[in-house]
Amino acid sequence: MTTTASRPAPPGHARPGRRRGVGSAVVGVLGELCITAGVLLGLFVVWQLWWTDVQADRVHQQVLSELDWPDPGSGQSDAGPAVAPERRGEPPVLKEPATGEVFAKLYVPRFGDDYVEPIAQGVDKATILDRLGIGHYPGTAMPGDLGNFSTAGHRTTYGKPYHQVADLQEGDPLVVRTAKTWYLYRVTTHEIVYPWDVEVISPIPGLEPGEPVPELTQRLLTMTACHPMYSAAQRYIVHGELDYWAPVSKGVPAELLDAGILTEGVDGGDAGAGVRRGDDGKVA
Amino acid sequence: MYGLLWRALPGPAWLRVLILLVFAAAVVAACFEWVFPWVSEYLPMNDNTVEASTR
Repeated sequence: MTTTASRPAPPGHARPGRRRGVGSAVVGVLGELCITAGVLLGLFVVWQLWWTDVQADRVHQQVLSELDWPDPGSGQSDAGPAVAPERRGEPPVLKEPATGEVFAKLYVPRFGDDYVEPIAQGVDKATILDRLGIGHYPGTAMPGDLGNFSTAGHRTTYGKPYHQVADLQEGDPLVVRTAKTWYLYRVTTHEIVYPWDVEVISPIPGLEPGEPVPELTQRLLTMTACHPMYSAAQRYIVHGELDYWAPVSKGVPAELLDAGILTEGVDGGDAGAGVRRGDDGKVA
Repeated sequence: MYGLLWRALPGPAWLRVLILLVFAAAVVAACFEWVFPWVSEYLPMNDNTVEASTR
């Protein structure tokens, strides 16, 4: 190819197409800025929809593996865990833990046989919900207690523990485990409310805050998640009621065994490497 | 803008490409680690709690 032959521009004279006017230079820079902004926005979407899940799933796994709770009792035989006896008397109830402490796990057969998520105290977005998983509204009942054990979880992004919350049907088991106790709740109702409708987490759902609370007779559970998906315009609420409880030392609830859910030995190795609370100062 | 950056970089083309790739990776990492988490605090689209509207 002949490359050197044609260099017609005389020295000191602007070559057409090489030197641009101020206007086109400004337009060029503006265009590049727009492209940059577009790429950054795209990256933000990637971060929000993908990376927050990757990060949160990793933390949830580590948090669960560090719990170091006893395996469920296996009865006489060594052939795996026994079916836990259903108890309907007064269940043992934990004291409300310190903010950020992971005190329970949630199993939901409807969400799949590998579904297990940690439940931590508090509903602060940055430190609990974006990071540790499901949050427990401070001041609401603890698992098994009279009143309303109320939780919040992401339906999209950050590990999305409540991703399939809208698939739940009446009667579905929601199994909460603390170190020593199973609490088996069953879904009763769901509703879609506005973010300020705090009466859904009242000791008796529907009771306005400030109203006198009558004597409690029901042991309820409430899940709150965003609605519609990828929006915060409303909240998707699921209510459940305690069916029975069982000591972990006696076995595993039949509902989990039937669903093929593994409930022991979540030893992720390398425990103590340190995610619990405050691993990098993000969680107070 | 990017033309200026390209001309300001030293070395042959492959080295400039390498430098720019490293630079881009650093920008993405900084966004993922600090910028986006900070921005997301001001975006309500992931809120999932009910709370009194007075807050």
